[in-house]
Amino acid sequence: MKSIAELEEIRKKTLEQINLRTAEKEMRIVVGMATCGIAAGARPVMNAFISELSKRNINNVSVTMTGCIGTCRLEPIVEVIDKEGNKVTYVNMTPEKAVRVVAEHIVNGRVCIDYTIGEAEKE
Amino acid sequence: MRDLSLHIMDIVQNSLSAKADKIDITICAHTDADLLEIKIKDNGVGMDEEFLKDVKNPFKTTRTTRKVGLGISLFEASAKNADGELIIDSKKNVGTEVKAYFRISHIDRLPLGNVAETLTTLIMAQPHIEYNLIIDNKKKQFEFSTLDIKKTLKDVPITQFEVIKWIGEYVNEGIKTIFGGVLDEIHS
Repeated sequence: MKSIAELEEIRKKTLEQINLRTAEKEMRIVVGMATCGIAAGARPVMNAFISELSKRNINNVSVTMTGCIGTCRLEPIVEVIDKEGNKVTYVNMTPEKAVRVVAEHIVNGRVCIDYTIGEAEKE
Repeated sequence: MRDLSLHIMDIVQNSLSAKADKIDITICAHTDADLLEIKIKDNGVGMDEEFLKDVKNPFKTTRTTRKVGLGISLFEASAKNADGELIIDSKKNVGTEVKAYFRISHIDRLPLGNVAETLTTLIMAQPHIEYNLIIDNKKKQFEFSTLDIKKTLKDVPITQFEVIKWIGEYVNEGIKTIFGGVLDEIHS
């Protein structure tokens, strides 16, 4: 059975790490989470981003949500925004694609061109 | 929507748009009456009577990107499909309460889905919002409150990955304890 006592343990453990981390977020991941996004599967996508960042211990990236981005037929939509405000819009996202975006875009700085809205709209 | 946890996620988005910062989610199985009740109550800006009268209409929306809003209509359709109904109470500047009812044994009742994931993604995205989750089977109750968690955590942010993971597991366990054997899809 899980208990609040465990949470106290987590608190003690993470407190030491927090001091070493920079508070500044380098990048933002924004997931469209309106009715259209949720129905298309945005929640598992957002969850995949959170767990992949967690696995890789990446703490300078925030994961948030927003309302309808406007092109419901391309949901789930995810925007990755860097510190300078440059934005990449990924469409038709899945949890598997989210894992690749973390590895290639977030970690290595290479945009996954094939998942972007520009590519999707060419078809 | 594929399951009830996704509907909950969607209705909470309405509360967030209404500037709520305290949201109570209650999921109660009245087993004797074969009735599942889902209640989402917020302290947002609320609606005036005129808006409230027409709020279930899919062409009624506050959004500006287009003239349709389907969240409430879809939730109501899911309730009606399971011999239930959807009731909305709201008071301007006080808040809104959305209640949906489902016949538990109805073949078209949507499964509960992953309520823990709904909660953890909501917390992760907007950690300053306070959530209170109550899971009730009329004999036992499980309660989870972000305020309690934050009190325990003190200076550690609730968005820490380890904390979020723990919350997910904690809530999942609570749901299994209360709804295992009560809702067919949940195994204790």
